[in-house]
Amino acid sequence: MNHSLLFRALLICVPLAIGGCGQDSGTDTGTSTGNQSNAEGVIVDVSDPNAQFVPVLSYRTGAYAPNGTPVANGFTDYLKLINARDGGINGVKISFEECETGYSTSRSIECYERLKGQGPTGAAVFNPMSTGATFAITEKAPVDKIPLITMGYGRSESRNGGVFPWNFPIYGTYWTAADILITHLGNINGGLNNLKGKKIALVYHDSPFGKEPIPLLEKRASMLGFELLSIPVTHPGVEQKSAWTMIRKEQPDYVLLWGWGVMNSTAIKEATGVRYPRDQMYGIWWAGSEPDVRPAAADAVGYQAISMVSSGQAQVHKDILSYLYDKGLGSGEREGVGEVLYNVAIINAALVVESIRTAQSKYGDKPLTGEEVRWGIENLDITEETIEKLGLTGYMYPLSLSCSDHEGKRAARLHRWNGESWEYSTDWITADDSVIQPMVRSASDTYAKEAGIPTNACDS
Amino acid sequence: MGFFVEVLISGLMAGVLYSLVALGFVLIFKASGVFNFAQGAMVLFAALTFVRLLDILKDTFAPITLALIITIAMMIMLAIAIERLVLRPLVNQPGISLFMATLGVAYFLDGFGQTLWGSDIYTLDIGIPKGSIFIFESIFEGGVLVAKEDLVATVIAGVLVVTLAIFFQKTRIGRALRAVADDHQAAQSIGIPLNYIWVIVWTVAGLVALVAGVIWGSKLGVQFSLSLIALKALPVLILGGFESVLGAVIGGLIIGSGEKLAEIYLGPYVGGGIEYWFAYMLALGFLMFRPQGLFGEVHIDRV
Amino acid sequence: MFYREAGQFKTSYKADQAVFPIFQDKIFVAIWLFIGFVVVPMLASEYMFRAIFIPVIIMALAAIGLNLLVGYCGQVSLGSGAFMAVGAYAAYNFMIRVPELNPLICFLLGGLSATVVGVIFGIPSLRIKGFYLAVATLALQFFTDWTFSRIDWFTNYTPSGSIAVQPIEVLGVVFDSPIRKYFLCLVFLVIFTIIGKNIVRGRIGRAWMATRDMDVAAEIIGIRPVYAKLSAFAVSSFFIGVAGALWAFVHLGSWEPLAFDINLSFSILFMVIIGGLGSIVGGMLGAAFITLLPLFLNQLPVWLGINISTAMISHLEFMIFGALIIFFLAVEPLGLARIWQITKEKLRLWPFPH
Repeated sequence: MNHSLLFRALLICVPLAIGGCGQDSGTDTGTSTGNQSNAEGVIVDVSDPNAQFVPVLSYRTGAYAPNGTPVANGFTDYLKLINARDGGINGVKISFEECETGYSTSRSIECYERLKGQGPTGAAVFNPMSTGATFAITEKAPVDKIPLITMGYGRSESRNGGVFPWNFPIYGTYWTAADILITHLGNINGGLNNLKGKKIALVYHDSPFGKEPIPLLEKRASMLGFELLSIPVTHPGVEQKSAWTMIRKEQPDYVLLWGWGVMNSTAIKEATGVRYPRDQMYGIWWAGSEPDVRPAAADAVGYQAISMVSSGQAQVHKDILSYLYDKGLGSGEREGVGEVLYNVAIINAALVVESIRTAQSKYGDKPLTGEEVRWGIENLDITEETIEKLGLTGYMYPLSLSCSDHEGKRAARLHRWNGESWEYSTDWITADDSVIQPMVRSASDTYAKEAGIPTNACDS
Repeated sequence: MGFFVEVLISGLMAGVLYSLVALGFVLIFKASGVFNFAQGAMVLFAALTFVRLLDILKDTFAPITLALIITIAMMIMLAIAIERLVLRPLVNQPGISLFMATLGVAYFLDGFGQTLWGSDIYTLDIGIPKGSIFIFESIFEGGVLVAKEDLVATVIAGVLVVTLAIFFQKTRIGRALRAVADDHQAAQSIGIPLNYIWVIVWTVAGLVALVAGVIWGSKLGVQFSLSLIALKALPVLILGGFESVLGAVIGGLIIGSGEKLAEIYLGPYVGGGIEYWFAYMLALGFLMFRPQGLFGEVHIDRV
Repeated sequence: MFYREAGQFKTSYKADQAVFPIFQDKIFVAIWLFIGFVVVPMLASEYMFRAIFIPVIIMALAAIGLNLLVGYCGQVSLGSGAFMAVGAYAAYNFMIRVPELNPLICFLLGGLSATVVGVIFGIPSLRIKGFYLAVATLALQFFTDWTFSRIDWFTNYTPSGSIAVQPIEVLGVVFDSPIRKYFLCLVFLVIFTIIGKNIVRGRIGRAWMATRDMDVAAEIIGIRPVYAKLSAFAVSSFFIGVAGALWAFVHLGSWEPLAFDINLSFSILFMVIIGGLGSIVGGMLGAAFITLLPLFLNQLPVWLGINISTAMISHLEFMIFGALIIFFLAVEPLGLARIWQITKEKLRLWPFPH
């Protein structure tokens, strides 16, 4: 009896193992890291006592994998490049470990707990890569003294370093993004006041991410007198028929698309179905990359999205190709280098690296603790020369942070899908901080009161 | 009025697609009493296999046909593997264990499909027309806008349903399937090979999954979320009854139109996004009157 | 040999009806309690508390709760995540709206709210059976998902719908460190296990089991199905609701409605099935197994020094998880609890198997 059970177990497990192993070489989907000799000095073991440990939360599987994969590739490629090209940050190599979250908050927390103490000095900085996870980790980071960089996502009020000393929503929050989009709509209508009486629909991912812009849009709606129509889309967003039927009924003047993952391409397809003009649709920067428009193909032409950075290749990409991909050390596929989300992740990783570099100027060239790196982020000062040195000219803007402003700069461009690639369609648009700042203040004060924490971390 | 009809039609068309997924459940439940939760994963797996093969075979003389043949072969192999490794060892287990086992199959297939074919989003274009057209322009002012994709999908789904009905009612294998569904032991005693029948049923369910996957995939792109559409088919299933092909169709139409109408006309008053639970509540409401679904078989418990 | 009942005579009904009638069982339980309360706190690292022990304990509580419903009363529910959500959100609302309440009382009130919802959604079970009921319970799952993300009152008008809570404070003790949280959860688990164990071996539990085995027959011998089924829903959702409150307040600390989605419901059901239907200890074993398996599979390549991408690891994890579930069901449909029982039998006879 027992033998037959064992046999059955084998029957199940053997094809599994074959299926698992045989795959790597069989298709082009595996992201194997290449052979060991090339990897020397590029991929550093987490246990290396002389390396700075950077945790990587990623999602290469599940409903959000098409968008999570390029982000993870770009981020890890940049870290590897720093090791391969520069021999680390001022000689301190970077070690990293990826942890798969599947874009699930509870798994992200588990990853956070597992990775926070790794390496000789613990995690340098976390990039949660999900707004939901950011909310959860925001509660834990001050206890563990590890900073968070939430580039283009996360809590909007967390730019107030007085209340959120550990959060750094560099490159813009959702309130900034929403305000830039409204400003743009004002621009094309000949002034914000002309938005009066217009109807603007927000089609949003029903999660903390999608809800984040609503307070700002509501405030803007009451200020400017346009009508805001909020239409939630349930995770993961493949079911949007009624949302778009509603849009067909209401015929809003503009649609703001606050989606992530498959929700974006579905939205564009449904918009085609109800003949809603794509050039009246504007996406958040997470809804403006190749995986969002490619499945919709020609239907997406004319669709615009706000952009932290568009697609294309700068000097740094050439380095990545020659130092990593030519040696089989790239994280993804060659074609993916230079896509929108890949570039976003490059900038994100560059911010991490530059923060560590800044911190080293104060604490010395050795692996640093999260608390030391936090100082580095807060005193980050990226100038045109730095960008030039990073090989990111034209792909990144100069910014400097301060304790009271963890965001840096509140400007972005829009880019448009022309059927083959994304290209910038506007000049820089700056958000109106006189609208955002009071909201940040009141929201962070409320948070501080509930959490019983001081609001004056900047004064000390 | 025109708009109401438009919502209704879009709901009915969505409903037909739900029926298509629900059909897969019904087939398997009818013939083996298994509540197959892996149907959604099978949809994903079939669509992924098909779309990736299309890509690999794109330089051959007939990529679609070849990809279709290989995919069908894989679905048959899958059916055999499931029969061998899941159904046979679990024969005579309570329904809940089998249900759980199919959840295991679903997990396995989700992982296996993505290992094999990748987890990106893949565009599937097999020539289903895109865009939308106005119909009934003479009856309603402004006409009724429908997406061509949905129309084509509805036609395909309709044809498939009719084919399956004929298959079940008129062919030899169909009769054998119904015999097995009625009484396993009696069917076996008159010489119907049970294991063989199971393989056939799972294969047919796999083919239904393939059709559903291709239709949904060409609408949405082939990616992981396809496996979640199983959840949209469940209310259809309980509303129509687990054993009834006709029930799956009628159930799909009721659920599809009900949820869309509710979302458009009730949704705005309560904040929107109600269609997910509304479908279940609607089905639950029907169940309170007919606990075995509209067309399900009435089971009489005897002590 | 090790597990011999010989010589243990029951001289009173009371002794015969004890929870652990066998002396060795008492020792076993004592050892487990000793490990739980003394050994683990001394040895475990912070990560182990946060990522392993606390989730396992809370999930064990939820699994025991669901087992009362599925394993003992035979009503399959796919809505456990919803009950956990109700427990969590209700506890949160009691806490912020009535700040003077003791947090533990809020947890229990959260559980009671789940009970109310459970009884309401248990009513269909009087008419609907089997898988129809299972699917119907999904209605509750999706309904709560929607309610807590759409009705802002429940989240205290937080714009993002994400709730953050501070460490709870009971009688001056702040439960902020992992070890304190661990003790809190463990105490909850022990108390609820005792309650659960005693319910199922009492009149109510027997009524449930009769209903499970054949509800028509149960009705004939005088068990009111309304009473049996609804009480099962009530008790089960109370347990799950309390587990939900603990999960939110103690484990997560900050959560959004998606934290209690359908995947959570499925994994609790997995725990019950893998652990063993109709067994209290099964719930615990199942919770440990299902919580630890993904962590283990995830870490295995690292331990073995194999270098494969995280995507591959998590796909393999899916596959192995699925395969193991099928394997377990095929090998031991009665779950880990049954294996535990067989081990005990073996120990009884060892070293002479006949």
